[in-house]
Amino acid sequence: MKTTVFLGTASAAMLVAGLAGAQTLSDVQERGTLNCGVSTGLTGFSAPNASGEWEGFDVAVCRAVAAAVLDDPSAVEFVPTTGKTRFTSLASGEIDLLSRNTTWTFSRDNDLKFEFAGVNYYDGQGFLIPKELGVTSAKDLDGATVCVQTGTTTELNLADFFRKNNISYEPVPIETNGEAQQQYIAGACDAYTTDASGLAATRASFENPSEHVILPEIISKEPLGPLVRHGDSEWGDVVRWTLNALVAAEEYGVTSANVQDMASAPGDNPEVNRLLGTEGELGAMIGLDNDWAVKAISAGGNYGELFARHIGEDTPVGLARGLNAQWTNGGLLYAPPFR
Amino acid sequence: MASISDHDTPKRRGFHPGMLLSDTRYRGLTFQFIALIAIICIASWLGWNLMRNFAAAGLNFSYGFLDNPANYDINQTLIDYTSRSSHLRAAIVGVINTLLVAIAGCILATLIGVSAGVMRLSKNWIVARLMSVYVEAFRNVPVLIWILIIGTVVTLSGGAPRDFLTRGGSVEPDRGLFLGSFAFTNRGLYAPAVEVGPGWPIVLGALVAGIVGFFLWRSHVKRTLFNSGKLLPVWPSWVILIAPVVIAELALGSISFIRPDVAANNFNIQGGTLIGKPFIALWLALSVYTGAFIAENVRAGILSVSTGQTEAAAALGLRPRRIMNLVVLPQALRVIVPPLISQYLNLTKNSSLAIAVGYADITATLGGITLNQTGRAIECVLLLMLFYLVISLTISGVMNIYNASVALKER
Amino acid sequence: MSDTHAQSVAFVRESFIPEQAPPARETGAIRWVRHNLFPTIPNAILTLLALYVIYVLLSGLLPWLLGGVWNAGSLSECREITGAGAGGCFAVLTERWNQLIFGFAFPQTEYWRPLLAFVLLFVAGAPALLPDLPRRLLILTALYPFVAYWLLWGGTILTPVSAFLGVLAGYFAFKATDRWSFALSLGAAVVAAVAVWWVGGWVASQERDFLAIQRIQSRDMGGYMLNMILGTVCISLSLPFGILLALGRQSRLPLIKYVCVAFIEFVRGVPLITLLFVANVVLAYFLPPDTNFDLILRVIIMITMFASAYIAEVIRGGLAALPRGQYEAADSLGLDYAQAMRLIILPQALKISIPGIVNVAVGLFKDTTLVSIISMFDVVGMIRGPILASTDWNGVYWELYGFAALLFFVTCYGISQYSQWLERKLATEHR
Repeated sequence: MKTTVFLGTASAAMLVAGLAGAQTLSDVQERGTLNCGVSTGLTGFSAPNASGEWEGFDVAVCRAVAAAVLDDPSAVEFVPTTGKTRFTSLASGEIDLLSRNTTWTFSRDNDLKFEFAGVNYYDGQGFLIPKELGVTSAKDLDGATVCVQTGTTTELNLADFFRKNNISYEPVPIETNGEAQQQYIAGACDAYTTDASGLAATRASFENPSEHVILPEIISKEPLGPLVRHGDSEWGDVVRWTLNALVAAEEYGVTSANVQDMASAPGDNPEVNRLLGTEGELGAMIGLDNDWAVKAISAGGNYGELFARHIGEDTPVGLARGLNAQWTNGGLLYAPPFR
Repeated sequence: MASISDHDTPKRRGFHPGMLLSDTRYRGLTFQFIALIAIICIASWLGWNLMRNFAAAGLNFSYGFLDNPANYDINQTLIDYTSRSSHLRAAIVGVINTLLVAIAGCILATLIGVSAGVMRLSKNWIVARLMSVYVEAFRNVPVLIWILIIGTVVTLSGGAPRDFLTRGGSVEPDRGLFLGSFAFTNRGLYAPAVEVGPGWPIVLGALVAGIVGFFLWRSHVKRTLFNSGKLLPVWPSWVILIAPVVIAELALGSISFIRPDVAANNFNIQGGTLIGKPFIALWLALSVYTGAFIAENVRAGILSVSTGQTEAAAALGLRPRRIMNLVVLPQALRVIVPPLISQYLNLTKNSSLAIAVGYADITATLGGITLNQTGRAIECVLLLMLFYLVISLTISGVMNIYNASVALKER
Repeated sequence: MSDTHAQSVAFVRESFIPEQAPPARETGAIRWVRHNLFPTIPNAILTLLALYVIYVLLSGLLPWLLGGVWNAGSLSECREITGAGAGGCFAVLTERWNQLIFGFAFPQTEYWRPLLAFVLLFVAGAPALLPDLPRRLLILTALYPFVAYWLLWGGTILTPVSAFLGVLAGYFAFKATDRWSFALSLGAAVVAAVAVWWVGGWVASQERDFLAIQRIQSRDMGGYMLNMILGTVCISLSLPFGILLALGRQSRLPLIKYVCVAFIEFVRGVPLITLLFVANVVLAYFLPPDTNFDLILRVIIMITMFASAYIAEVIRGGLAALPRGQYEAADSLGLDYAQAMRLIILPQALKISIPGIVNVAVGLFKDTTLVSIISMFDVVGMIRGPILASTDWNGVYWELYGFAALLFFVTCYGISQYSQWLERKLATEHR
């Protein structure tokens, strides 16, 4: 009985003051940490390293937002979520921001009541298959057994793709990326399907990556981005413009190395000046300090730096920029003007 | 006590509020009233929170999504199902899969458990020790770990179906099918499929007639034994069981087997029946795990029958086998069956871990994919709990009936 | 007499024949083998089969264990070292040892705290678990939850101290008002305890750094430590709830009885995993919009509910097994319900229920692995998530699963052996 009551107080002590509602920004500032939902482990995007530090491209978004809001890129509580738990965690206020390769879809935006703050990675679903099978097109997969992570849009795209092409397949639903790799390597499925970026990350972790190919077909559009709860536009704006700042910084050549220099005094480019807060009052308009973007960029660098460090061609994941190049280089990245 | 107070003091003194606590007649009511208020408060607090949360998030409570197309495929469907079928149908597929693995698991677990339990009591030292090791190893390690381990064993032990394929006749396969019909691969067991042709109702009818005849003959033997003391042979019952269906099939030839086809496809063996790897892994894991518990129940049951019973039966001149069948087992069963049924219940509930090996049971379809895709967490979890609750209550209902029936024979 | 005999009997032996050794096949090891292993032909076949099974198991296991690699940085390094050998790659255990035991987020400098709490668990558990120790030592057991809480979660020492003082105040309030009816003194105890907690909570919130050790978020806990925490906390919490539910189910008050019956049957009727889904995805909707329990606490609530229903059924069995005379004797002494239960019925019923309670405890402890399905990183979750998904260790299954199985086996087998010992001990006391 004693323990019962005791745990009662313990629980009361652990009650975290609340979220939900329209003051996430002030809640985060009051609390001093950002609760950020990430995936339970996907090389390059979000995974704890050997010393337990979270690392990755999605993680970097959390850190940038924390830096912009709290001036401390390490003031982030990472909450690992699965495909099943991510939306409830966000809806219930357990996390302030979900940055976990989540596809922006109509129903998630409107039926599940979330607000996507933009796209940090334009992805598409592909197939990974052993070279020795000699398959060159996804349309040749008739009768194949396909491993698919359950609880994701990939499961639905897969069904649509095979149905549209009138070919048959055998799905093997898998809970985690690790187990999907196990099944695929053991030959329990002929192909593994998930976002092309995830496939690259998975292939990177194999013993002999060159024995596997990613088929050319991309069967879906997967704009992945961070999301927040509906109905808190201020907070949504903070996340959206932090992301935009990272993209714009790359466009204007602001990097983590030169951002302090450029922010120390107004330069020639008024857009950069406004971005870095040396001109105008953009920070105050979203309720932050005027140098919020400087902090966000210093946290890990601009979009291009983050990409190169976590998932770029020099990393084991080895992704090309492709659609994720700046619009000036033929990609889709296009930050709205800072004005 | 009640009669004294009824006739005595209260009527004269009348009612006063203090009696609500001090008088045993009212105290119960007071406590129940307080409890009722507390329950209503808690329930309405929870409901109010739910309403506020739903209003804040703009959500609602509705089962309308069950009619929408599910849009996902399931790898083991015993009824017609495509990705265009509704979520409801996906849930039904899950229900059927759950029931299938639960029933198959209960049967295998009973076989394993009874043999292990009996062998653990065997005088054969090695066998008894081996069974103790089995029972302790499985009882003391979580079922989830066993499911994962056995899932890995099944995945890694069979070859890939590719090894069996001729790829349209162009390639010499690494392995041939066992008996030309069976292949154990890491995707499951390929076996011939059964196809029924015209005249199948007659074959089915013959089978039913055989089963009825089987039991009729057995009861006839029993009646003759009790009435006249004459023991008729039992073996004709097996003839009655098998003969009609065999004759009907030979005459009509309505059942045919389709062998798995290794030439039609580049990835998988086609045709025939595939007993999927997820099913095999989950089925084996649940059966072996639950078997260890059943072995303990069986051992306890047999030990509970005192040796005096066996000796008395021997003194009456019964043969050892009849002692087991007529004296020991009926008494042991009374001890074995109730925990056995609750083990069945546990097995059914443990089958909800199916997703760990990718088996599409109700927890994986309704509580997994449907829940994720629709975001209807409360609706899905409620429905899921309701299903398991119905199963559990049914099984405990059966157990109560059994308990009542054995209780009648007690003196 | 002897004469007649001497004539009618041709030979009388007058000394014993010296004892002879029994035939070789009826002595020593051979006899044992014949009688225990090969008494009949089916039995002999069974023996050979068993020997074969043992051979298969050992021939796979021994080279794997003995040829194992304990020092390497990744699976491919392991494979280089073992070459074509069958040795296991146990290096994953040494390299990820801390993650397997403490989870990946627990601060490395603070590992001594859960270790100390674990050691203290035995110190505190001993008086409750070993009937021979003096009863006075139970104070250690009572202190333990507060110490363990402070060690595991950290923060100022004022929180556990004031929680303990609250309990103490409640206890003395109960003692002081002992002569009132049970319900009233219970109420007094609750009031006293809550008052102290309120004051203590206020003080603790003011002096957050008084004798504070590093605060640790519960989501940072993982590995086997998480299983231990969940198991210990939920089992100890579910005991009092289980007792209350069992008493409620036996109650003569229909409302209370049916509420308890409905609760017990509902919880026992659904798998634990659905309750964990509730903790994970549903419970948040039923709490006020401005509160937020962390996941571990929601999980503790649901597992405790689950365990209390099972313990309630075990205790109900114990209550039912008590002879009616005990109830009637208590009534005839003029004890009221609370006194009768506290002094006569429950001590006996609980004693009978010990084996059942231990069974539930072992089952519950094993079930704590299910939290890995709802994205918590207990030992199974660590294996299935970060470790197997990492580039270095992708493909090491047996070593990891075997290790997890071994951890649980040692713990659960230990508990069940203890329970059997206790059963024997308590049984002899009755004779």
